[in-house]
Amino acid sequence: MTLESKIPAGPLQDKWDRHRFELKLVNPANKKKFNIIVVGTGLAGASAAATLAELGYNVKNFCIQDSPRRAHSIAAQGGINAAKNYANDGDSIWRLFYDTVKGGDFRAREANVYRLAQLSVNIIDQCVAQGVPFAREYGGLLDNRSFGGAQVSRTFYAKGQTGQQLLLGAYSSLMRQVNAGKVEILPRREMLDVVLVDGKARGIVVRNLVTGELESHSAHAVVLATGGYGNAYFLSTNAMSSNVTAAYRCYKKGAHFANPCFTQIHPTCIPVHGTYQSKLTLMSESLRNDGRVWVPKEPGDNRPPGQIPESERDYYLERKYPSFGNLVPRDVASRNAKEQCDMGKGVGETGLAVYLDFADAIARDGRDVIAGKYGNLFEMYEKITGEDPYQTPMKIYPAVHYTMGGLWVDYNLMTTIDGLFALGEANFSDHGANRLGASALMQGLADGYFIIPYTIGGYLAGTKLPEVDASAPEFAESRSQIQSQVDKLLSVSGKRTVADFHRTLGNILWDYCGIAKEEESLKKAKQMIAELRAEFWENVTVPGDAADFNQALENAGRVADFMEFGELMVTDALERKESCGCHFNTAYQTEDHEALRDDDNYCHVSVWQYTGADSDPVLHTEPLEFENVELTQRSYK
Amino acid sequence: MSTQTIDLTLKVWRQHKNNPRGSLETYPAKGISTDMSFLEMLDVVNEQLTAEGIEPIAFDHDCREGICGMCGAVVNGRAHGHMPETTLCQLHMRHFKNGDTIVIEPWRARAFPVIKDLVVDRNALDKIIQAGGYISINAGGPQDGNAIPVPRDNAEKAFNAAACIGCGACVAACPNASAMLFAGAKISHLALLPQGRPEAKKRALSMVRAMDTLGFGNCSNEAECEAECPKGISIREIARMNREFIKAALS
Repeated sequence: MTLESKIPAGPLQDKWDRHRFELKLVNPANKKKFNIIVVGTGLAGASAAATLAELGYNVKNFCIQDSPRRAHSIAAQGGINAAKNYANDGDSIWRLFYDTVKGGDFRAREANVYRLAQLSVNIIDQCVAQGVPFAREYGGLLDNRSFGGAQVSRTFYAKGQTGQQLLLGAYSSLMRQVNAGKVEILPRREMLDVVLVDGKARGIVVRNLVTGELESHSAHAVVLATGGYGNAYFLSTNAMSSNVTAAYRCYKKGAHFANPCFTQIHPTCIPVHGTYQSKLTLMSESLRNDGRVWVPKEPGDNRPPGQIPESERDYYLERKYPSFGNLVPRDVASRNAKEQCDMGKGVGETGLAVYLDFADAIARDGRDVIAGKYGNLFEMYEKITGEDPYQTPMKIYPAVHYTMGGLWVDYNLMTTIDGLFALGEANFSDHGANRLGASALMQGLADGYFIIPYTIGGYLAGTKLPEVDASAPEFAESRSQIQSQVDKLLSVSGKRTVADFHRTLGNILWDYCGIAKEEESLKKAKQMIAELRAEFWENVTVPGDAADFNQALENAGRVADFMEFGELMVTDALERKESCGCHFNTAYQTEDHEALRDDDNYCHVSVWQYTGADSDPVLHTEPLEFENVELTQRSYK
Repeated sequence: MSTQTIDLTLKVWRQHKNNPRGSLETYPAKGISTDMSFLEMLDVVNEQLTAEGIEPIAFDHDCREGICGMCGAVVNGRAHGHMPETTLCQLHMRHFKNGDTIVIEPWRARAFPVIKDLVVDRNALDKIIQAGGYISINAGGPQDGNAIPVPRDNAEKAFNAAACIGCGACVAACPNASAMLFAGAKISHLALLPQGRPEAKKRALSMVRAMDTLGFGNCSNEAECEAECPKGISIREIARMNREFIKAALS
């Protein structure tokens, strides 16, 4: 098969305008004849559901939590990028486009990224009009700050709670449409299958998490906005319910999966402190503006930090990267922290942490200035660790944070299943091999407010869609398959809990398919995951009933999918014999230990097709063509 | 950080279809690291219950970093426990002592029916927002973001009100199970911004009406909500809501 990206012809700047003109339109009076399912209520899902309802479509919007306001977009701290150039510091749509393509290490589509940069300015206007309380200057205008990977101030923010405020903005628009009768919210539902009729996505099957009932819902198109799969690693900065199940079940039905091994590991997180730990907490990367990263020079030096004299400390980022210092990009900072810990220089009880020290900044600027910049982060750190970062250096370590990979989509955000669209972190489209800070919020909202409302119209207007309702046999077949998996999970009655299996899977992925990868260890991981998966189906224990509120059962289904998906991640990592962005294979590095791309052989999207439970997936590639930027080697010396 | 372990006794509210009236059950929680969060402690107890063939305790949780508003329980009589401005997921076990007995109950309010154990249905909070907690604009072509200057002071006040995470602790803490702090926060957030003024009257009237019809009680100035709010939302937001409501009702 060939992957048709459907990127419009013409100059980069004109592609989206031209495409919008060429897309067929649905007559305003006819929009109410179409039913659309949106799964997920994060920035992408809520903005899509609200906007489609505003246009006149009938929308059913599903979420896994008890309220659409809780989706994990809410936890994003830092900000949202937009090429407004309010700071008059040389920003432009072109610069945001270039920074994003380069930040992604040249593994994203030019046309998609350019469109994202164009739409970024509309997003800010939209959010302000909704009443999002962005930070402002004394004159009443919007304030900006700078973020990693950019030399301009283009990040809009609302203290350290930008994601929360943007999500509540989208949620308020959504609630308005609920009140107008155009959106039906179905909370506490988990999507377990997409249903195809005549090869087109015509509905979904969900499990009602309160009653356990499997429900069928039909529609003319299905929009997936179900987030990323970082929780495959067990420990990540994701919310506990973030999972791959919805996307993975679509993959099994024929939606191809792109770049599954592209996982972003964020350098500044609070380190793991015990085997019982359930999640990791991010500390905004803005801390690296003033914090200095160091470890003891001697391996095994376990004196308290205050007793290690200056001459016996190694400020390794400043030493190795004199021009960028502590502000190297996320992937470089993460790899270096791991390298120091692997040499035995890690600190803390586990030896898996490095110091982030504010003593010099406090001595230079005073405690009040530092508190003004980072006060809420310092408080959060103290709440979790019981240590006061004003007195003693923070301990930080990298953690899984964001997944650039996702369902493959064309320029219309449609997957390889007709009528199934994927938005936000659930798709692969805009961040290449590494996402820049403050770009996830931008992409989720661009997809939901400004792209899908156009492209879904083009699909609906140009496609013959005979009426289908939930009584179609395809739904019954899907329900019966799901039911048999649920029954199987409950009937194993083994000795190990779901969480125990999940933790083991996470350790394998973290150790062998994490910050730095090697061919031999990837092969080993693949074998280990296959064995773990076999044991799962013989030895898992899932208490309770199917027809009940049963959180262990919910988790069991998700972990079962994570295990299959984990194998796909490893397969993808093995296949990509280069390093790029966050994908770092130690066999492919420059003399300076930077990621060494192989543009001759791997300047493509790796797109995987499911072929069955016991056969290997088939790889397709979508070549990436760069007509407007030159491919360069990143260096931060 | 000095990691210690403590032994605790939990008295946990258990309620589901086989036990519809609900009851407190006692479970030991042994060897709990003081670095654990409260929810991680519950995870450990649940693993142990599962191993013993007892159904684990159902509780809502998601982000575990204090922002999604999904978690919450009444711990020893206090919503989200005894630490100020802390959600249950950010409450750490170092604030408990070896040998403590901890009583854990769900939010209790007529408008929040119990689904199972510590899990309640907070759909009524969404319904209050549906009644008017928004600015009526469609996605499309609004004016430039900087076309509407907002005094910094007002922007900050609006932000402080908008910081509400919708967890429902205010309702659980209130002797009248009132949602005034929740509704007041949203009404204030939007009333403080120029974008929100055109609909301010309609919003105040319809959101207050929704609160009444959904079974929430009224405010009798106990200020328990402010004391328990994990985000430090002030009861000034209730006063502001009352002003908006009176202005609207009199005009």
